[in-house]
Amino acid sequence: MNKTPILEKNINQNSKNRKYERIGNKMQDYEIVMGLEIHAELSTKTKIFCSCPTEFGGEPNSHTCPICMAMPGTLPVLNEKVVEYAVKAGLATNCEISRDSKNDRKNYFYPDLPKAYQISQFDKPLCENGYVEIEDDNGNPKKIRLTRIHIEEDAGKLNHNEFGGGSLVDLNRAGVPLIEIVSEPDIRSSGEAERYLRKIKSILEYIEVSDCKMQEGSLRADVNVSVRKKGATEYGTRTEMKNMNSFKSIVRAIEYEANRQIDVIEDGGKIEQETLRWDDVSGKTFSMRDKEDAQDYRYFPDPDLVAIRLNEEYIQKIKNDLPELPESRKARYIEQYGLSEKDARLITSSKYLSDLFDKTQEICKNPKITANWILSDISKILNEKELEPDKIPFTAEQLAKMIILIENGTISSSIGKKVIVELFEKPEDPEEIVKKNGWIQISDENAIKAVVQKVLENNPQSVTDYKAGKDKALGYLVGQAMKETKGKANPQMLNKLFVEELKK
Amino acid sequence: MSQVSKEEILHIAKLANLNLKDDEIEKYIDNLEDILNFANVVNNANLEGLGETIGANENQNVFRKDEIKEFKNRDLLLQNAPEQERGMFKIPKVIQ
Amino acid sequence: MENIIDLTVHELIEKLEKKEIKVTDITKAYIDRINEKENDVQAFVTTTCEEAMKKSEEIQKKIDKGEKLGNFAGIPIGIKDNMCTKGVRTTCSSKMLENFISPYDATVVEKLNNEEIISLGKLNMDEFAMGASTEYSYFKKTRNPWNLNTVPGGSSGGSASAVAAKLVPWALGSDTGGSIRQPASFCGVVGLKPTYGLVSRYGLVAFASSLDQIGPITKNVQDSAILLNIIAGHDERDTTCENRQKEDYTKALINDVKGMKIGVPKEYFGEGINPEVKQKLEQAIEKYKELGAEIEEFSLDIAEYALAAYYIIACAEASSNLGRFDGIRYGYRTNKFNSLKDIYRNSRSEGFGDEVKRRIILGTYVLSSGYYDAYYKKAQQVRTLVRKEFDKAFEKYDVLLTPTSPTVAFEIGTRSDNPLEMYLADICTVSVNIGGLPGISVPCGVDSNGMPIGMQLIGNRFCENKIIRVAYTYEQNTDFREKYKPEFKK
Repeated sequence: MNKTPILEKNINQNSKNRKYERIGNKMQDYEIVMGLEIHAELSTKTKIFCSCPTEFGGEPNSHTCPICMAMPGTLPVLNEKVVEYAVKAGLATNCEISRDSKNDRKNYFYPDLPKAYQISQFDKPLCENGYVEIEDDNGNPKKIRLTRIHIEEDAGKLNHNEFGGGSLVDLNRAGVPLIEIVSEPDIRSSGEAERYLRKIKSILEYIEVSDCKMQEGSLRADVNVSVRKKGATEYGTRTEMKNMNSFKSIVRAIEYEANRQIDVIEDGGKIEQETLRWDDVSGKTFSMRDKEDAQDYRYFPDPDLVAIRLNEEYIQKIKNDLPELPESRKARYIEQYGLSEKDARLITSSKYLSDLFDKTQEICKNPKITANWILSDISKILNEKELEPDKIPFTAEQLAKMIILIENGTISSSIGKKVIVELFEKPEDPEEIVKKNGWIQISDENAIKAVVQKVLENNPQSVTDYKAGKDKALGYLVGQAMKETKGKANPQMLNKLFVEELKK
Repeated sequence: MSQVSKEEILHIAKLANLNLKDDEIEKYIDNLEDILNFANVVNNANLEGLGETIGANENQNVFRKDEIKEFKNRDLLLQNAPEQERGMFKIPKVIQ
Repeated sequence: MENIIDLTVHELIEKLEKKEIKVTDITKAYIDRINEKENDVQAFVTTTCEEAMKKSEEIQKKIDKGEKLGNFAGIPIGIKDNMCTKGVRTTCSSKMLENFISPYDATVVEKLNNEEIISLGKLNMDEFAMGASTEYSYFKKTRNPWNLNTVPGGSSGGSASAVAAKLVPWALGSDTGGSIRQPASFCGVVGLKPTYGLVSRYGLVAFASSLDQIGPITKNVQDSAILLNIIAGHDERDTTCENRQKEDYTKALINDVKGMKIGVPKEYFGEGINPEVKQKLEQAIEKYKELGAEIEEFSLDIAEYALAAYYIIACAEASSNLGRFDGIRYGYRTNKFNSLKDIYRNSRSEGFGDEVKRRIILGTYVLSSGYYDAYYKKAQQVRTLVRKEFDKAFEKYDVLLTPTSPTVAFEIGTRSDNPLEMYLADICTVSVNIGGLPGISVPCGVDSNGMPIGMQLIGNRFCENKIIRVAYTYEQNTDFREKYKPEFKK
């Protein structure tokens, strides 16, 4: 079977295609150093400091109230779920949970920030000193350290008015809760960056604190990039890139920016510390000087909010209620189902794949076969269509049914492959798909015998070869019979009958 | 003695989004220096080992339940807007 | 019958209960008074007399029908113009909010509405509560009814002046560094700043969030206790508002201080205190001794630190709190703009007055990078120090006694141009805010020009009952209200 792990393929494609597209700079002499700041919207029902719904969409300013609109005199009240979700995220990423935390104001003017300050956390974040494990480019395990996870509020949205020549402020998103996950500068390649981000995404999905939909902006990453000569101990000057909204654009942006920095240094220039905006269309980064203009955020403790002091009991309870994390599922798959380490890792890299696996194998009682289907045909199609696993359109029940149809001989596994394709196109009962397409396997001994005899008559050379001891010839003959029956013949019966006939 | 430079006061004004007219700058510097010099008495206090009191009371862990309560009156929220269009606040074009 | 406007609120309630007067009589009497005296006093930014009259007629109808209403139904009130009122503009006496109509009611306003207390309008103040004379109002200069050439104090000058001039029977003020107590002192009325966290700040337009408290300004101590009963209490919309057992402050109206310990911090009677103020305070101390209180002088050397910390903290918080006034969602917008930057800079520069801008600049400075530790962080530590010193004092004393202000009301326009000197005048009151303590100002005499002098009583956190009792006893055994009346001297 052709196993093409979805994650690794993406990375390889990207790096192969782009790594050396700007020949001339001495990429190989340099090392890229990166840290990520990941913003994830928490999937609470209400905003962080008021009771407005966080629901995506809606008429402009329809999910607002005096508080998130920063009307004079209003005060914030912290949503308890936000604290809980952030602590969950912290525990799932091996962080220490702060017993003494607080909210701070980050002051700056921008029309999407109605209070002219964002309530965030400065020196006492809820979670600190964590790590997650990924693989480096050589497939070896590597820890990426997390500096902190803190809670903060999202800003509103500026819409551009094509005709009126102005911008329009919609505050529906203002006050939606976010966690910001800040990593140490431990990341050394775009591949690591992508695997790290995928790892965080999968953890947040596992613990069900965020939808992590990059397209809707519920998962965003800013990347701090610097380069240095290999072997150097000091970090280079870093730039911060914003506005990447897919894994692909993150990888592209990193590679573009690293190359740009190397070019600048090689030309004898200096890297300026600045914030850059990635433009996916042109594939370039642009300076965001506007926001840089007056960067002194004047953080101070928000006097409208009180201290957050979590006790052992609270933290222990969240710990106990934490759902099974990828690492533990992986171990279970290896131990209980006998999957290989690699297969178990690939399946658990996505909560959706892992859930699909669990549910499917529970119905069809065949974990290994289930794993094979997920990692071969299903992953291949996801790759081709550039889909994330959560976009798989069919259910575990449908997949399990397909596997059962093969098990009980109704269809062959090569028909199974066709069923998977159909399931992606138009998910329905596999039995229906098989019926509609007339794919039911031929298991009638007489019918199969007729085909076997026909194939033997037409291929005397293969018969001779087989008799001379070339076992391979049998495979060829079976293949011919399959072709004859458009893949519908029962392969076990074909084999058996060929061997019987040839022995005669 | 606290000394505030012209550049500093202009930087501060920029952060605060306030214009200072040329003839105001001197006055602001004088006022600010006066007040800062007085405020420096906080440095004379014996603060060894003292923590920072953040709020004026010791409340902690005051949270809200995650329950939706909609305001449901967008017009009231928009009624004070200097300029609005299609339910949004209108401002000059911002290039992002 | 006595003139309605001379009665205290508890007297009005008694008369209403006995059906000696109607609520419409009360509202009418005050509206007539406003029509007669507002021109002299200039206490209101907005009056709502018509609506008030209509409401009182509705309430009177209910009473006539025999409906059971709350004790305070139909009692008028005045509200400082920094508390949000749905449907009636809330200006903070600023050009910035000249036409601002809040989409919601402040919690205290809701509480008044629930009691069917009738607002006569919104009272003048220093712009965004920054000032101590009400001269920094964008709209008008409120006068002190004792002498119309003098200031009423501030920032709740409109509230204190309106109560003293009997334009309202009582009023709500707010106090960040003395803004209830000092104008109460200047206008010869009672002003109570509650413990931080006793009254919800939701809907109070923030000046300095960690210091602001709403409180009553009334004719006497009893009315302050009554109004405090109405406005105090937990509010889930303000996390700094403490969730405590509700207290009945009228139970503290006990005419007896025998055995109570009153500490007199000597630093508050030193240099800079007007001798006549000092003299009246000393007489008050004598009175307490006569009444059986134990008086002891002690040292509380924190006033200067507290004042410095106050200006750092208050301005820092204000600089952030006032960022939202940006000309986008509400408030003043400049008409000179081509860009967003113009809207920000010009709206704020044109919409805020000088004093507000000065404090924003100071606050921005102390929070800015490189200065935070030297100023803001130090100030927060001073706050801890101040609290500790007060804690020590309250181990020994039930209440502390100081002047409310070093001086009496000064003439309009004579306020120092030097902001530092102006700030120094707050020395007696600000440490109470820094400590988060309750304080009450009670009139204790007049100076040789007939201008009122106030005595401040400070209590430990949530010990409003003690300051109320000590203030009440003084009031019951002296005759300020009978002896002295504002004369609207011109």
